[in-house]
Amino acid sequence: MEMLMDSSQAEHSFLSSVTASERTLNPYVTGTSVVAIKYKDGILMAADMGGSYGYTLRYKSVERLKPVGKHSLLGASGEISDFQEILRYLDELILYDNMWDDGNSLGPKEVHSYLTRVMYNRRNKFNPLWNSLILGGVKNGQKYLGMVSMIGVNFEDNHVATGFGNHLARPILRDEWHDNLSFEDGVKLLEKCMRVLLYRDTTAVNKLQIAKITEEGVTISQPYSLKTFWGYSAFQNPTVHAEGSW
Amino acid sequence: MSQVAVEAPPKGGFSFDLCRRNGMLSKKGVPPPSYRKTGTTIVGLIFQDGVILGADTRATEGPIVCDKNCEKIHYMAPNIYCCGAGTAADTEAVTDMVSSQLQLHRYHTGRESRVVTALTLLKSHLFKYQGHVQAALVLGGVDANGPHLHTIYPHGSTDTLPFATMGSGSLAAMSVFESKYREGLTKEEGIKLVCEAICSGIFNDLGSGSNVDVCVITKGQKEYLRNHQLPNPRTYVSSKRFSFPKKTEVLLTRITPLKEMVEVIGGGDIMEE
Repeated sequence: MEMLMDSSQAEHSFLSSVTASERTLNPYVTGTSVVAIKYKDGILMAADMGGSYGYTLRYKSVERLKPVGKHSLLGASGEISDFQEILRYLDELILYDNMWDDGNSLGPKEVHSYLTRVMYNRRNKFNPLWNSLILGGVKNGQKYLGMVSMIGVNFEDNHVATGFGNHLARPILRDEWHDNLSFEDGVKLLEKCMRVLLYRDTTAVNKLQIAKITEEGVTISQPYSLKTFWGYSAFQNPTVHAEGSW
Repeated sequence: MSQVAVEAPPKGGFSFDLCRRNGMLSKKGVPPPSYRKTGTTIVGLIFQDGVILGADTRATEGPIVCDKNCEKIHYMAPNIYCCGAGTAADTEAVTDMVSSQLQLHRYHTGRESRVVTALTLLKSHLFKYQGHVQAALVLGGVDANGPHLHTIYPHGSTDTLPFATMGSGSLAAMSVFESKYREGLTKEEGIKLVCEAICSGIFNDLGSGSNVDVCVITKGQKEYLRNHQLPNPRTYVSSKRFSFPKKTEVLLTRITPLKEMVEVIGGGDIMEE
């Protein structure tokens, strides 16, 4: 595995023995889980709006759900700058597609395939885009929901999640998801998952957006927060029977 | 006159003789044998009359299931039970040890054991060994002060909680609890919720599997429901029994039953286990 070194940089650095790395080694500003499900009319996707810089909550209004073209919705977790780069690639893709002006437009399956290739090729060069992406959409009545990870693992399913959502939200979805959920039921199910993530993921923030994509188009809700419950009696006075313990 | 070297009696404590040999082996690339872990889902919750504990029954040795139906809910006292996750030997040894200590303490004081006593004995032991005793426990019981539920981590820290999960399947089980738990559950609702949480661990976590064990502790009474649910039955059992190759001549047939029913007449202490 060779480091991709700029030859001019190598000539100039006489004194420094360590050349700067030109590959992504760590993520810096990150977004946490995204959860998405298929429902009766299309796809529902939820993500919170936090951009964490390590353990600091640096940005509190990061939109991690974006429409792509006419038929797709992209949600991303992981490095925010890489997400913005991916949005630029997709902008170019959609632009070229529109320039054909042939009445056809790229559907979610095609965009998912494109993203898989991009992610996998970057991984092969040891310079990954540090994201887990969820791509959902509806075209000609066909619903599609897929996921791509930073190493290019991709699959399609009725419900997907990234990051911590895989461990906390997917068990709930495996039990409670069924075909032809109504919009209200779908939102309730997603909120249940987001609430568990809010309780148990340290990087989660209580400010989320839910996005819906149907044959008509994309709607991304205004940011709102979930109600939480902290009133268990065991939390009130845990050391009442054991003075000095915790 | 030559000095006769007196054989010094062996001192107590850890013998470091094999460390050099282990170091040499690992340098040569021989991996050390993996521990038998109970890669687990264990849960506990407080309901209106007491505590319910639950556990799966799979024990793993790396990627292999070494015991399909082990017992992870350990007896501590007639009113206190403890679920254990982590290294199986550590959880068994530490719960057995504290159980004996509690018994001696009961003889000394003449009173029923308290959950905080078991908690303090366990946490002091685990802290003393600085996390090397890899036992993560969910301790629950009902004593004179009411129902209690605690979690104990391998380094010795503890939490007092209304509902708790530990082990590799803890996230799957916790997602069920966080979405469905409320205070003042009845016994049937509590058992159902515990079973749902363990099943979530069994089906979504690869380190947990097989069956569901449940233990319900209330004031003055306990119910240990071993294999309360069997969600993984053996579906395709071959109807053809074992048969010898066709050319074998059968000389003698003798069938010895493996399980014999033995009548115990009078006497005999019933071991609490």
